[in-house]
Amino acid sequence: MNQLLKRKSRGDVWFDVINLTLLSVVMLLVLFPLYFVLIASFSDPNHIYSGDVWLVPKGFTLDGYARIFSDSSIWIGYANSILYAGLGTLIGVAVTVFAAYPLARKNLVGKSGLMWFLMITMFFSGGLIPTYLLIKDLHMLNTIWALVIPGAGSVFNVIIVRTFFQSSIPDELWEAASIDGCSNTRFFWSIVLPLSKSIIAVMVLYHVVGFWNGFFDALIYMNDESKYPLQLVLRNILVQNQVNSGMMMDVESYAAKMRVTELIKYGVIIVSSLPLLILYPFLQKYFVKGVMIGSIKG
Amino acid sequence: MWTRVKRDYELYLFLLPIIIIYLVFKYYPMYGVQIAFKDFSPSQGIWGSEWVGLQHFIDFFNSYNFWSIITNTITLSFLSLLFGFPVPIIIAIMLNQMLGKRYKKFIQTVIYAPHFISTVVLVGMLHVFLSPNSGIVNHLITWLGGEPVLFMADEGWFRPLYILSGIWQETGFATIIYLAALAGVNPELHEAAIMDGASKWKRVWYVDIPSILPTIVILLILALGNIMSIGFEKAFLMQNDLNYATSNILPTYVYEMGIQKAQYSFSTAVGLFNSIINIILIVTVNRIAKRLTETSLW
Repeated sequence: MNQLLKRKSRGDVWFDVINLTLLSVVMLLVLFPLYFVLIASFSDPNHIYSGDVWLVPKGFTLDGYARIFSDSSIWIGYANSILYAGLGTLIGVAVTVFAAYPLARKNLVGKSGLMWFLMITMFFSGGLIPTYLLIKDLHMLNTIWALVIPGAGSVFNVIIVRTFFQSSIPDELWEAASIDGCSNTRFFWSIVLPLSKSIIAVMVLYHVVGFWNGFFDALIYMNDESKYPLQLVLRNILVQNQVNSGMMMDVESYAAKMRVTELIKYGVIIVSSLPLLILYPFLQKYFVKGVMIGSIKG
Repeated sequence: MWTRVKRDYELYLFLLPIIIIYLVFKYYPMYGVQIAFKDFSPSQGIWGSEWVGLQHFIDFFNSYNFWSIITNTITLSFLSLLFGFPVPIIIAIMLNQMLGKRYKKFIQTVIYAPHFISTVVLVGMLHVFLSPNSGIVNHLITWLGGEPVLFMADEGWFRPLYILSGIWQETGFATIIYLAALAGVNPELHEAAIMDGASKWKRVWYVDIPSILPTIVILLILALGNIMSIGFEKAFLMQNDLNYATSNILPTYVYEMGIQKAQYSFSTAVGLFNSIINIILIVTVNRIAKRLTETSLW
């Protein structure tokens, strides 16, 4: 067989060459924008403005970063996002894993009813305004709770964890344990959880990324700037062009302000996205695992 | 049965958090959806407000921008699917045929990366790259002898930018599922094809593609069923007064009328209309798929 695989026709050689070339082009198309943001954030804004920056930084400067780090709003946003992501992940993962454990059991009374109870929300929801009015009536507007509780335990995640439990924790294990007088709760804490480190890692990552990158809930529910998560602060700078005057105290002319604003934009993209982009390659296998389990029909 | 419920009482306690969260934050808003048929005033509350029947729906159907919102929504979604759906399939097949394992891993890591960038940052990147006087894209255009284009403030450019940025961001991550399906292709099929002297190109066409067809169909069903439920975030962030004619879609309209203009009942009616269309679509598409291909979601 290996002999056969090694013998390649000319057409197959061409196939491999073209395939490799095209994939390399695709890779560069994805990489270049990210790379360009990185080099532009270290370049003199006048060079960016005149279009001299292409492959390496021109007129190397840390001025953009100095301005970003001198401004408190980014740091407040950072701190808020860490807080929201931390608490939100804790609550979200707990609710998800707790719910998935009983639903993975073969003989739970009322299981299909409970599954429907969760699944219906995938197809139908009250929508934006009824939910907003509820949060308002519960006096949760402008509090962390509006961001971390309503979305806890998404159906999709519950199904992923449940599928994992079903496929990796055999029922015989529970039967044996229960004969020995082990309670459900104890079985969960001492047998199920230790065997589920990888799926919990997947869930933690999903939640952290979701909270770190999400901005819609905060846009609706948060109105104090001091409580803005990083993404809302970024929106003001990147999309609405509102750079805090604190970052621009020394810049005189309007034209110079425009250029410094561009530099600051490149910088905040790096400052906000770098943590995830650096971390994720090490955790890539967990993300892939989550997609795989999610794609098996539960 | 009751003895079993009693015996497993702990399992129901595990489910308690998710049941409470769902009742409060998912099911109560469904009860609140009735304000779509009322003239909601906060002082009267949901129950106390006056019934107005289908008045808000009629107002929406008769409003001057009804057809433009519907066409914008369907066009944007349909074009995204048309251009975005095939790309990950092609890239996955190419990656699957790649020989260099380490380079393949590297390419995968790179093309997954944009998935971890937030929508705010993505739109921010569009702004800096497409800026009329300092953006790299317009530098390229002028260098080639063209005139700078006001991309972000042009209704004609909204859809292409939305679709292309979506492809850039999500293609890589979407390949994961297809790669998993391709990894599951029976190697004997490939071996037999090699024995018969099939070229690589022929093996892709006659072995790989037919093998992953069920996966493709299921994902296509899901995508078609969601054609009316476009994500709010990117369209909202890209929206401005100058591209409003093409960027005004159902979810942004619901937000605009409800959150910004506080027309709670009208906005809820628009959202409910969207939900109903969605449900009808999912059920219909699934029925058709069942008939044609034997693959379906339920």
